[in-house]
Amino acid sequence: MLKFILPLVLFIVLAVFLALGLNLNPHDIPSPFINKPAPVFSAPKLTAPTEKLSTSDLKGKVWLFNVWASWCVSCRAEHPVLNELAKQKAVMIIGLNYKDEPDAAKQWLDTLGNPYNVSIMDADGRIGIDWGVYGVPETFVVDKKGVIRLKYTGPVTPEAIQQTLLPLINQLQAEQP
Amino acid sequence: MKIVMLLLLLLSPIANAVDAYQFNNPEQQAAYQSLVSELRCLVCQNQPIGDSNAELAADLRRQVYEMLQQGKSKADIQQFMTERYGDFVLYNPPFKAKTGLLWLGPVVFLVVGLIAVFLFTRRKKTVPPSDSVSENTEKLAAVRRLLTDKDTENLS
Repeated sequence: MLKFILPLVLFIVLAVFLALGLNLNPHDIPSPFINKPAPVFSAPKLTAPTEKLSTSDLKGKVWLFNVWASWCVSCRAEHPVLNELAKQKAVMIIGLNYKDEPDAAKQWLDTLGNPYNVSIMDADGRIGIDWGVYGVPETFVVDKKGVIRLKYTGPVTPEAIQQTLLPLINQLQAEQP
Repeated sequence: MKIVMLLLLLLSPIANAVDAYQFNNPEQQAAYQSLVSELRCLVCQNQPIGDSNAELAADLRRQVYEMLQQGKSKADIQQFMTERYGDFVLYNPPFKAKTGLLWLGPVVFLVVGLIAVFLFTRRKKTVPPSDSVSENTEKLAAVRRLLTDKDTENLS
């Protein structure tokens, strides 16, 4: 009897491992920043380069930190979803214009709409490194205490907004700063 | 000339992504070389940042170089990278609960394999020979009986 059960068990174990392996996304690297304070930045605004936005300006607010660039193809797919979210005014959306040409970036916002309360410029990608950015787009949710609560890699989908982001944002908005 | 071209072609795949960095001393250069070959490029995940032409890899090489210039140690830089990208960025991750399976998995497989080989060879050595010998003698006796029976049948 064991002669038949043993290979069957081995086969099932192997099949389960392979099935899990197939469904894992190797580009979905868990962020070490979850529940850690957001890295500090102070960077010039895209639309007003003489003014700076820093993390301390955002204390006491729940904000979305969305990494985008005009050269990024998936950002184009994500953009209408962000526009839709911005209309709901549920959360402050800060854009990190990552390794981009300011003129191309401004033109992108003019033609496709601007969902961002503020976009800051990261011309040489240093803020990106500080935030552990390795692909664009990426989206972080930061709470009122300035702690990162969620990282979403890849273009945000309407389903992700409804099922993950909005419930979390509503919960964080209710928290005391 | 042809031979030179051929040699150049042969060499080209080995050539790393090259940045024109100036180092203060050979130790610093050695630290740089070992770091860029140990840190994983997160865009093209099967290449270290030293081999990759991805923009992020170039930025991370610049980061490594600048930190070395500031007098940071290799451990400082590895910590800087893991704080931002997690253990995934290290090709040689530390041993802890999360990476336990990664480190111990091969040992477990080896032990299971050795046990299987041991059990298999022992069973083959001990069980079949004693059986087959007695079986053979029994069969031989039966054949002899049949033969003698047949002989008598034919004779009668």
